[in-house]
Amino acid sequence: MTSAVSFKQVSRHFGSVRAVDAVDLEIAPGEFFAMLGPSGSGKTTCLRLIAGFGQPSSGSISIFGERAEGVPPYRRNVNTVFQDYALFPHLSVLDNVAYGLMVKGVGKAGRHRAAEEALSLVRLPGYGARRPGQLSGGQRQRVALARALVNQPKVLLLDEPLGALDLKLRENMQEELKSLQKALGITFVFVTHDQGEALSMADRVAVFNDGRIMQIGTPEDIYQRPKTRFVADFVGSSNVLPPDFVQRYSGQHRWASLRPESIRVARAASGEGVAARLVGTNYLGATTRLALDADGLQLHAIVPAGTPLPDDGEAVILTFNRESLHLMDEPA
Amino acid sequence: MTTAALNSNAAPAILPGKGGIGGALSDLFWRKPRFLLLLMLLPPVLWLGIVYIGSLFALLAQSFFSIDEYSGLINRQFTLKTYGDLFQAANLDIILRTVTMAALVTLASAIVAFPIAYYAARYAQGRWKALFYLGIMLPLWSSYLVKIYAWKLILAKEGILTWLLAKLHLLWVLDAWLSLPIVGGNSLSVSFTGTFIVFVYVWLPFMILPVQAALERVPGNLVEASSDLGASPGQTFRNVLFPLALPGIVAGSIFTFSLTLGDYIIPQIIGTSRLFIGQAVYSQQGTAGNIPLAAAFTVVPIIIMGFYLWGAKRMGAFDAL
Repeated sequence: MTSAVSFKQVSRHFGSVRAVDAVDLEIAPGEFFAMLGPSGSGKTTCLRLIAGFGQPSSGSISIFGERAEGVPPYRRNVNTVFQDYALFPHLSVLDNVAYGLMVKGVGKAGRHRAAEEALSLVRLPGYGARRPGQLSGGQRQRVALARALVNQPKVLLLDEPLGALDLKLRENMQEELKSLQKALGITFVFVTHDQGEALSMADRVAVFNDGRIMQIGTPEDIYQRPKTRFVADFVGSSNVLPPDFVQRYSGQHRWASLRPESIRVARAASGEGVAARLVGTNYLGATTRLALDADGLQLHAIVPAGTPLPDDGEAVILTFNRESLHLMDEPA
Repeated sequence: MTTAALNSNAAPAILPGKGGIGGALSDLFWRKPRFLLLLMLLPPVLWLGIVYIGSLFALLAQSFFSIDEYSGLINRQFTLKTYGDLFQAANLDIILRTVTMAALVTLASAIVAFPIAYYAARYAQGRWKALFYLGIMLPLWSSYLVKIYAWKLILAKEGILTWLLAKLHLLWVLDAWLSLPIVGGNSLSVSFTGTFIVFVYVWLPFMILPVQAALERVPGNLVEASSDLGASPGQTFRNVLFPLALPGIVAGSIFTFSLTLGDYIIPQIIGTSRLFIGQAVYSQQGTAGNIPLAAAFTVVPIIIMGFYLWGAKRMGAFDAL
């Protein structure tokens, strides 16, 4: 089967900066694909290369089997939901949504009907007469989504679309986007720096750093079995354990990751396990995050709220199952 | 690190007043911000109200007087006779000529200004932007009269333009153009074409700057969004850039249009002997001593601009503001 989007050794240089560096990527049709990484990691540049805003310095990009280099954005059946929505301020919401059809020459009645339908799809029916300036952030986000979807794109690109929304709205939108994607079957490519968002929504996640892909896999893969220290640290903030420490518990001289929720904390001065000292607690609602110091090694553990906690500075013993220690590919 | 230095409790929670008239005034202005506003606005409002608007009303009043044709004295009685005089064929001709010129100058300025403003707003940065502003503003620093006389030399029959066209073997184009009725003449410096060129030159900065400001406010991602949604560059220009730049173009056109309507120096130095409104006002209030007719002529551009703005508003030129 041809990939929806295929990158072969794609690089994009800005002067001496390698924003994207020899990236290989295959996105399957109908997939919900997340590009995750810190800012400046090249994920947005990759998205823009798919949209056609900028050309790769080298390598090749195909969209549904067709070569895309040198093809301007307006000839790609790919639409983008921009980070700050980029709604046209001088047009009504309806005309914003109908814009793509208008420039394709669809008649007024036809495009307005389609735009109304798209607005219903994003649960904003009857908002067509308003101006973008009269909408809230969440509503603008939906309009931007409707404006892209009305064109029935082969690939929908979303550039941090939930970044400007507050927490509650963001969680709602995550669910909605996910179910919308399932219902429409369109390939979604989603850029985010929020690992929780990537893990909860995507079928597969690519973790970017310094213009390269560190790891591609299912959310579970990425979360449970990070390949490198960067992925372990960036995705879900695992504890990264140095080779010397790991050797004591697994016999192998390798870097390893350990999920904070896999660590059990017992109030004891001595015993079986890793001796540590509690240096801080962070109340997170459903859980509490403990900062620990194991003889100079900074660790953190997450325990359910309500667990009786030692005091700050108290000595504790840490235990964990051998299986929860995940050895990484990273050279020691 | 010690935090003791930042955590000194020696300072009181409420600081004493600064004392003196300055301190008392600061406190007063802080408590009564409207008082400060009033003090700041009073002088300019007085100036605007009395000197500026007042003289405009004086002008308006003059236009409703008439002149006694035998004695040449002003008859201070309300009449519309002077306005009636505007509709005499010769006067109507002047108005029509001026409005046509102003419209053409405005259109040409907009066409020339847009690409320059677009470049400055979208691409120019740092040093190039400074150079752009310098290039636009530099002509405004030199005397208007000197520039016009410089243009007279450029456009004259023995001038540099004729010389250049001769070198390029394109003199026949100029001759063909000059042989046309109305726009032509003996040389460019004594033709309406010359007047037009100099008008466009002199008012161009007033078009470029507002258009550039308007384009600068258009977020770059709107252009990308339009392209992303399938619009060709031409469609993006028509549907996004132009409508969003329109308030700037209208603002610029208010300058170019009204300045052309009122100018009396350029057509006097460069152009034909046929009058423009400004020249008519000048000669009516000067040599002819017909202040009421001069005032009535002056009201014409005001009314035209009123209609112009009303039309622009109806066209939605200010919607994107």
